[in-house]
Amino acid sequence: MKHLDEYRDRELAQRIIERIHASSKKGIRIMEVCGTHTVSIFRNGIRDVLPSNIALISGPGCPVCVTATEEIDKSIKLSREHDVIITTFGDLMRVPGSKSSLQKEKANGADIRVVYSVSDAIKIASNNPQKRVVFLGIGFETTAPTIAAAVLEAKSEGIKNFFVLVLHKLIPPAMEALLSGGDLKIDGFMCPGHVTSIIGASSYVPVTQRYHIPCVVAGFEPIDILQAIYMLVEQLEEGQAQVEIQYKRGVTFEGNKNAMAIMERVFDRCDTVWRGLGVISKSGFKLKVQYREFAAEDSFDLSIPKAKEHPGCMCGEILRGVVTPAECPLFRRTCNPGHPVGPCMVSSEGTCAAYYKYQA
Amino acid sequence: MCLAVPMEVLNIDGNRAWVSAGGTKREVRLDVIDQRPHIGDYVIVHAGFAIHRIDQEMAKETLKMFEEMFSNEAPG
Repeated sequence: MKHLDEYRDRELAQRIIERIHASSKKGIRIMEVCGTHTVSIFRNGIRDVLPSNIALISGPGCPVCVTATEEIDKSIKLSREHDVIITTFGDLMRVPGSKSSLQKEKANGADIRVVYSVSDAIKIASNNPQKRVVFLGIGFETTAPTIAAAVLEAKSEGIKNFFVLVLHKLIPPAMEALLSGGDLKIDGFMCPGHVTSIIGASSYVPVTQRYHIPCVVAGFEPIDILQAIYMLVEQLEEGQAQVEIQYKRGVTFEGNKNAMAIMERVFDRCDTVWRGLGVISKSGFKLKVQYREFAAEDSFDLSIPKAKEHPGCMCGEILRGVVTPAECPLFRRTCNPGHPVGPCMVSSEGTCAAYYKYQA
Repeated sequence: MCLAVPMEVLNIDGNRAWVSAGGTKREVRLDVIDQRPHIGDYVIVHAGFAIHRIDQEMAKETLKMFEEMFSNEAPG
């Protein structure tokens, strides 16, 4: 077992599709929270094989897309400091801020380096003691423990020129914010596999109970997604609202206690702003008092003018699942992957980029 | 961005392991993994860190679920 090919079997897929068609009677709307799911759903043509009474709605689960414009503006301000090296995951480079992007700043001479892992950022800091190295800490619960581990490493190794701009965001509070917003009708959640590898499926129990909505944690191969849809259909047809795990090879009910303990050691929860969703209570992280020496906001002046959103860009509504990209007046016209206006077109996992690439 | 892939553990050295998948070899850190892996185990790798050791029994359970789903035509 290599844990991939088994979940790409065409015949098995066909049988699950038949099951879904036979079982599904009610009109239902399922939100796939995670951007990696959105891409897999499009790439595998899953929308096309479902009965017409099942609608899949793309959610806010693309970390690049929900990074607020003001957070990009702060990153850009940091990159203009003469002794700073910015280290970042590549996805963030082209996201437009109010006036510029990291990519444009790099073209203008800023020292901005794309890294695969936060470990690379630590190495860059060690190799450049005369510079201050700032890592842009984006990502959900999947990524946050790796950043926490890097902070612990920097502390124990006595690395003084490494800083993190912590921009992490947490998924369960965002799901609650979507449901309490009132403008979105969702019957079931397909929950993100790798976020849940860390936080455990038990994290969704409060959501299922408070809103009577089923949550199924899904893997990322076509069979995984089809099976998760089938599990949601079964629950919804029977009027149930439970947390189930489809992605058993990657997820447990309790989660990864080691990773959660590391996050808890390094971060406190705080309110944070999401593009499109606004400020969500306790949905972000900040470094704890004993690790503030690594907090970029304590060592640099990050005051910026009020962020400006592009007029007409509907990324906010798209991230909430309230409109689809085709309803945005900029989509395919002024906004395309070559010239993205909003973040949902920038990231390969953005809803707009997926619609652009896969939907004729 | 939460992309993560199952990779086979080839070698373990303290807090680091060499892993491979589809001909790609990579060094990953074990700081945040839930259970310490053994050589030959598969781990889920995200951004240079192994985040989860795949439990073979759990993986088999999913595949068995399909078998049961289609061998027994009674609903549920």
